[in-house]
Amino acid sequence: MSAVDQAPFQLDRNPGIPLDLKWVRSIQVNRSATERRAQSLPARRTVKKEWQAAWLVRAIECIDLTTLSGDDTEGNVHRLCAKAKQPLSPSMISLLGLGNVQVGAVCVYHRYVAEAVRNLEGTSIPVAAVSTGFPAGLSPFEERVKEIERSVASGAKEIDIVITRAHVLQGNWKALFEETKTFRAACCDAHVKAILATGELGTLTNVARASLVCMMAGADFIKTSTGKEPINATLPVSLVMTRAIRDYHEATGALVGYKPAGGIRTAKQALDYLILMKEELGDRWLQPDLFRLGASTLLVDIERQLEHFATGSYSAVSRHAMG
Amino acid sequence: MSKVPDILDTMSYGPAPEDASPALQWIAKFGGQFGVFIGGDWHPGLGHFESRNPATGEILAKVTQATPEQVDQAVQEAKKALPIWQALSPTERGRHLYNLSRHIQKNSRLFAVLETLDNGKPIRESRDLDIPLASRHIFTHAGWATLRDEEFPNAEPVGVCGQIIPWNFPLLMLAWKIAPALAMGNTVVLKPAEFTSLTALLFAEICQTAGLPPGVVNIVTGDGEVGKSLVIHPDIQKIAFTGSTEVGRSIRLTTAGTSKKLSLELGGKSPFIVFDDADLDSAVEGVVDAIWFNQGQVCCAGSRLLVQESIAAQFFQKLKARMATLRVGDPLDKAIDMGALIDPTQLDRVSKLVETGIAEGAKAHVAPCQLPSSGWFYPPTLLTDVEPASTLAQEEIFGPVLVAMTFRTPPEAVALANNSKYGLAASIWTQNLDVAHDIAAQVKAGTVWVNSTNLFDGNAGFGGFRESGFGREGGREGLSEYLKYSYISANNVLVSHGEVSPTPGLDRTHKLFIGGKQVRPDGGYSMQISSEAFAIANRKDVRNAIEANENATSGWASATPYFRSQILYYLAENLSGSRGQMIEALSLSACPNPEEEFAYSIDFILWCAAWADKWDGAMHQGPAQTLIYTRPEPWGVAAAIAPNSAPLLGLLWSAIPLVAIGNCVTSLASPLNPLPAAELYRLLDSSDFPPGVWNILTGLRKDVVSHLASHQGVATIWCLDPDCHELVSRSSVTNLKSTWNLDGDRMDLYASRSPELFRRATQVKNIWVPYGS
Repeated sequence: MSAVDQAPFQLDRNPGIPLDLKWVRSIQVNRSATERRAQSLPARRTVKKEWQAAWLVRAIECIDLTTLSGDDTEGNVHRLCAKAKQPLSPSMISLLGLGNVQVGAVCVYHRYVAEAVRNLEGTSIPVAAVSTGFPAGLSPFEERVKEIERSVASGAKEIDIVITRAHVLQGNWKALFEETKTFRAACCDAHVKAILATGELGTLTNVARASLVCMMAGADFIKTSTGKEPINATLPVSLVMTRAIRDYHEATGALVGYKPAGGIRTAKQALDYLILMKEELGDRWLQPDLFRLGASTLLVDIERQLEHFATGSYSAVSRHAMG
Repeated sequence: MSKVPDILDTMSYGPAPEDASPALQWIAKFGGQFGVFIGGDWHPGLGHFESRNPATGEILAKVTQATPEQVDQAVQEAKKALPIWQALSPTERGRHLYNLSRHIQKNSRLFAVLETLDNGKPIRESRDLDIPLASRHIFTHAGWATLRDEEFPNAEPVGVCGQIIPWNFPLLMLAWKIAPALAMGNTVVLKPAEFTSLTALLFAEICQTAGLPPGVVNIVTGDGEVGKSLVIHPDIQKIAFTGSTEVGRSIRLTTAGTSKKLSLELGGKSPFIVFDDADLDSAVEGVVDAIWFNQGQVCCAGSRLLVQESIAAQFFQKLKARMATLRVGDPLDKAIDMGALIDPTQLDRVSKLVETGIAEGAKAHVAPCQLPSSGWFYPPTLLTDVEPASTLAQEEIFGPVLVAMTFRTPPEAVALANNSKYGLAASIWTQNLDVAHDIAAQVKAGTVWVNSTNLFDGNAGFGGFRESGFGREGGREGLSEYLKYSYISANNVLVSHGEVSPTPGLDRTHKLFIGGKQVRPDGGYSMQISSEAFAIANRKDVRNAIEANENATSGWASATPYFRSQILYYLAENLSGSRGQMIEALSLSACPNPEEEFAYSIDFILWCAAWADKWDGAMHQGPAQTLIYTRPEPWGVAAAIAPNSAPLLGLLWSAIPLVAIGNCVTSLASPLNPLPAAELYRLLDSSDFPPGVWNILTGLRKDVVSHLASHQGVATIWCLDPDCHELVSRSSVTNLKSTWNLDGDRMDLYASRSPELFRRATQVKNIWVPYGS
């Protein structure tokens, strides 16, 4: 059975907890040890043959298929949605013995939310909107809140907010907490994915503390990057964020999702992230309601790997439908 | 039917086997039966034993049990190859080592698979650690070979080296042994462990194809008997052994009284210390790498977990959760964490020790992993409620079993960490720089890893304190094990064995100098030497002296080098001031040239005082973003047996370098002429020597030497009396103390001043600090 048979987000949302500054400040991350673990993890686990194929299908189901470019138009958003609905060719799906396969979500700017919602009508694929002055998050606070409200009104089921990095860099955890709480309230029933912009937070300890504060404020997902920072998703950052999710889960029972985004382009990288989720958080976090891969060009590499699995020969990009 | 839908449900890993066939084909090429590698050629064995795959119990190959004649033949070939090897230029030897390193690299997967088949370790480890590290070790020593003449101009190669290695890292230990030996111009006969001979035999083949001159490397296989033949062979000048403390001890006994150089890398019970400000998740991963690496069959395994009480419950909970994701199984599977133990006997030993621990009250938590039905597997195990008094807190288990204790404060962490007969390694987890460096300096261990564990590099030295052995492997410090320094022979200026001329003098009472006081000998006996009576120290006096040393150790070792240096200058000053008295004492002691010995003695003290605050550590080049620094640390308590002749300079030569560098010393004065020593101790007090830093005894030589050499509180002993060398080596096995035997009567002590004295006066600790903001 594939995860897409379930409607996304059957689980209880993270209600958040009061800001616990003592806990936040007690967090310590040792960078070199974290990097060593991140380096050895992909060498400790691997999946081959049918297992690799199945894991790659799961990766597709977890993709937030994304277009966030200045030159986006209705046309390419339309194309993206078509690919989201049918990420694999019918022949591949039948070779793999699967029913329907679709991506986790389609992620666009507010301007194209309505268009994407229209395109995805009749499917269970949610539309996610990047919001709150994405990517820098520095527009006036009221406007950022309004932007959320407008995207929700246009039909976005998920809002990818960006946090104010200054709050983290200045250790102003209360401000970060309040900001995230306000954003979450503005989202109503839409889920909040808090983008930390980890490449701009300076240290892994800051990443861990910011992760925790956002979860305390009720984030449903924590997400690494906008894709616009110089350094986006990395395995060490992911290790730190997933460990924060684990600690928060152990303390509160709440399940918070994880979304690495930016720079994930190969099937091998996608497998590394799935392995990391399984090892650090367990199988429950291998479902699209708790794991997303933010990516725009990843899908075609996965298709090529699956083609190789099915036929034994390597495929060319031109043979796979554009998204 | 596609399996994909089902796998999507379980998201399991599935099998990921490495192909064993290239390694099996390599074995088949030899008909599944190996000879020994002597003089660059294979020689058929006369008897064979089976080498098995620990993961299945199946026979992999038959390996030769080398005969004593074959061992002798190997040694003779190595001896024949010595002049050929040494005739090469340093760069030529460097090229050979470089070629060997590259050949390992080019066959790395074959080596890795063969190692995993033979040893049972996960292919990930043999592929990512054992083989690359082995190649790296030989590579870095290719450089040392090239630099040998300019970096060690006063040293000679030792000669033929007998090397005996264990089964836990077969090829890596081979590299650790062979690379420095060859780089310094020696030739070797190496015996791999009987459980794991195959990669050594593949290495032998590589020596052939790489064009190493025949006889430079010889490989003889077999059990402990073969090792024994090597150890007792008269043409072997150096034994290097890695293995159990028990066997190390017997090698120490066997080589006692011979001139063989010896280095021992033995067992451990290394502490893994987690402070309350550590990155706990990273520390948990550290534990995995510390004790479940290579099934825990690692001499430096972090097998004693010490956790600060305030975070202990949280840490154990995290650790148990992590244990649930460990995968144990087919070592050739690329996605498993732990393979099989080496042998059924080892499996049995580990099981019995854990039973003992549980019987003593430990609580066991076993990783909930599935073990294969065949092969010699043992699950990752955590034992809590273990106390220092428990068997398992003291005994090396050498398996995937971690024992855990808690501590309250940093000093208590140090006390628990050092509450062991071993001292191989330690791992310290804290985000606090002050705590890290403070604890790193205090733990008794040859290697300390800060926020990391089990890191190795050819440029960093590795080796133990205490009963974990002596000698270092890797880095500059490891090279000395394969070099000998020739001491300039005596020119007879200071040497005399003549009888003392019976000059009448005023009766004086010479006592023992212990703990900064002149004390009467416990036995109440004295000996008459010429007209004077000297106290005879007995067992209890030795005990008291060492106790006084022990009490002074921490203060003296932590005193600033500047302070120690000042005290030595002060001693030189006071000795100068007592010129008349000392010259007279030297004259009465039948010194052929009292004036000269007196002058040399003062110079020698000044020379030591000069070095006292300049014997620096080093910084090794290692992996990126990793600081590896060395601390030359004093041993603690040292014993110094003065030579018969040169009653003043000999006494100083054997003790002052040790004192200068922070050791507390008990000296035994020249038995023939103890008068200058008696004069000297009277000066120590007025030179501000803290009590117990230097004790000076007189007495019956062999009696005192045997008590000093067997005392477990003494960490090193320098013996300049050749009549006592064998006694010193034999008695030293109680705690496997390091020994330095020299013939002080045939050396020109003054001319033989060299930095080697300070190298010998210290043991090197390598501290690894990976960093990143």
